[in-house]
Amino acid sequence: MAVYKRNYRPYDGAYTPLNTRFLVIPRFAWSTLFQSRALLSFYFATFFPMLVAAAFIYLVNSPSTQALISANAGTADGMGRSLQSPSWLVVDGFFFEKYLVVQAFFCFLLTAWVGPGLISVDFANDALPLFLSRPFTRANYLLGKFTVIAGLLSTITWVPAMLLFLMQSSMGGWTWLSKNYWIAGAIMLGSLLWIVVLTMLVLAVSAWVRWKIAATALMVVIFFVVPGFGEAFNEVLRTHWGKLLNLSYLISRIWNDLFRSPNVLKPGLPPRFTDVPVWSAWLVLAFVIMLSLWMLNKKLKAREVVR
Amino acid sequence: MQPVIELENLMVRLGGRTILDSLTASVKGRAIGLLGPNGSGKSTLINTLLGFYPPDGGTARIFGRDIRTDAKQIRSLIGYMPESDSFIAEMTGIRFVRYMAELSGLPSNEAMERAHEAFFYVGLGEQRYRKVGTYSLGMKQMAKLAQAIVHGPKLLFLDEPTNGLDPPARLRMLNLIREIRDTHGMHIILSSHLLRDVEECCEEVLILKGGRIADYCNLEEERKANRKFIEIETYNGNPGFSQAIEQLGCECAWLNNGRAKLVLPPTMEMREIYTAAAHHEVQIRKMNFRRDSLEDIFLRAMDGNLNGSVGDVPPQKAGAHGSL
Repeated sequence: MAVYKRNYRPYDGAYTPLNTRFLVIPRFAWSTLFQSRALLSFYFATFFPMLVAAAFIYLVNSPSTQALISANAGTADGMGRSLQSPSWLVVDGFFFEKYLVVQAFFCFLLTAWVGPGLISVDFANDALPLFLSRPFTRANYLLGKFTVIAGLLSTITWVPAMLLFLMQSSMGGWTWLSKNYWIAGAIMLGSLLWIVVLTMLVLAVSAWVRWKIAATALMVVIFFVVPGFGEAFNEVLRTHWGKLLNLSYLISRIWNDLFRSPNVLKPGLPPRFTDVPVWSAWLVLAFVIMLSLWMLNKKLKAREVVR
Repeated sequence: MQPVIELENLMVRLGGRTILDSLTASVKGRAIGLLGPNGSGKSTLINTLLGFYPPDGGTARIFGRDIRTDAKQIRSLIGYMPESDSFIAEMTGIRFVRYMAELSGLPSNEAMERAHEAFFYVGLGEQRYRKVGTYSLGMKQMAKLAQAIVHGPKLLFLDEPTNGLDPPARLRMLNLIREIRDTHGMHIILSSHLLRDVEECCEEVLILKGGRIADYCNLEEERKANRKFIEIETYNGNPGFSQAIEQLGCECAWLNNGRAKLVLPPTMEMREIYTAAAHHEVQIRKMNFRRDSLEDIFLRAMDGNLNGSVGDVPPQKAGAHGSL
């Protein structure tokens, strides 16, 4: 029967499970977001580094490259110098860290694009009571919105990184895997930490700043202007604690540690050129997450109480 | 009959002020009007029943479920149409209502089907692919109603549903509310400051004043009670007719020009007055039932003593009524 001929009737059908109902939010959000060709193009562009990395892994593990490395090993060139394979022609923690660093930048851009309008759109016309008057809690709402960003960021961080890891494991064999199995944990932990920090921050900004452009600008300020203040602080006070205001630096500091990368900063440099301890980076990022949660908790209410 | 809403010493404090003060009532009607002047606590009561504000004392039950412990089950039974603008402007109407249906737990296909049905039902069928932000005020109200009923709730909270509507749109909205009440088995709580809207749609009214219950009455019972009072205008009136009326048990006060005010005994049928008139060859040219309007009830409640509790008292006797 044509829909316009049908009348309204009571509903007596089945209901979806309560614990997976939050997934309605990301499903609707993603279908709206990917109607934008610009966003879709950008999203696909973020996979380009993965293709390059996959090609690199293939190259490093290809029989011809391996044969070349083996043939050169221990031989001498015409000048009597020993030939060795280049140090960059390996797939190790440093390789995956650099891959994540590139993806982290894409993550920031994607978050700054998608995130600011995520909650503010519901605040703009006071739609929150409609969500919360249903069998849908504030936690469900937040989880749904979190999944929108975290799901997108996952597809460009740990998912492709783990695929690359699996590819390298299958091509490098057991020998490589037994030496580098910890990289999988580092990929997961490092990616998830960045995803959580970015997502919580942008959700908090979106909840407090209702104008999307202003919210995007605030994200840029947090990631690019505030670190400038940190550097000024370092210069004036001859310290390195100002780096704690630089979220990008903090995540790279943690990744350095997780991926067991060599410290490029030489000892004996002035304090402002030395790294902050890893624990302080963890502490600040944890604080940012908790602060964002607190801000969201203050704002995500069906009704404001005017005092 | 199971009460729709039971209030049990419900108290809500917001911003250091007591907004709802020890409300006790048992509401059973199919359509209940929630009346009160601005700041009387109508919206706070609805928001508390929806779980937006936690009670500071006492509790409330909806269909026997406690709002403190069974909030999720309660919310799956109710639909809510807020007073203020409440929509997602960037979504098309149909997508918005479907979204809300899915959040209520309807599977995707069912949600889509019912969103279309709800839109046609409220009369926005042809506008369903327009963005909600581009709707007129009346259309937005209808879209809000569509999202409130799309999942087939048992209880519908309507907060000022005719706000900002022009007369034809208001009539359409009131007709819809009556139809929802009569044909779809939903209970309705209608909060409004427009007495006429409540009078046209509701069977019972709960009147709040200063966060307390000022009155709770059944409009139909009130109307029945008021049928005892009539005014008549006669031609050829004579003492015989007057005596006959008094013999029937009426209290009678004759005015000039054959006009009289009568107070009828409870068992008396109107037909008996016509019979007496015919017997004494008196023409009854005008007969007015003096019906107590909701406005009278409301004003009495505003003037009368507050009645914090109306517990199990029958609705028609629950309030602080003055004499008629």
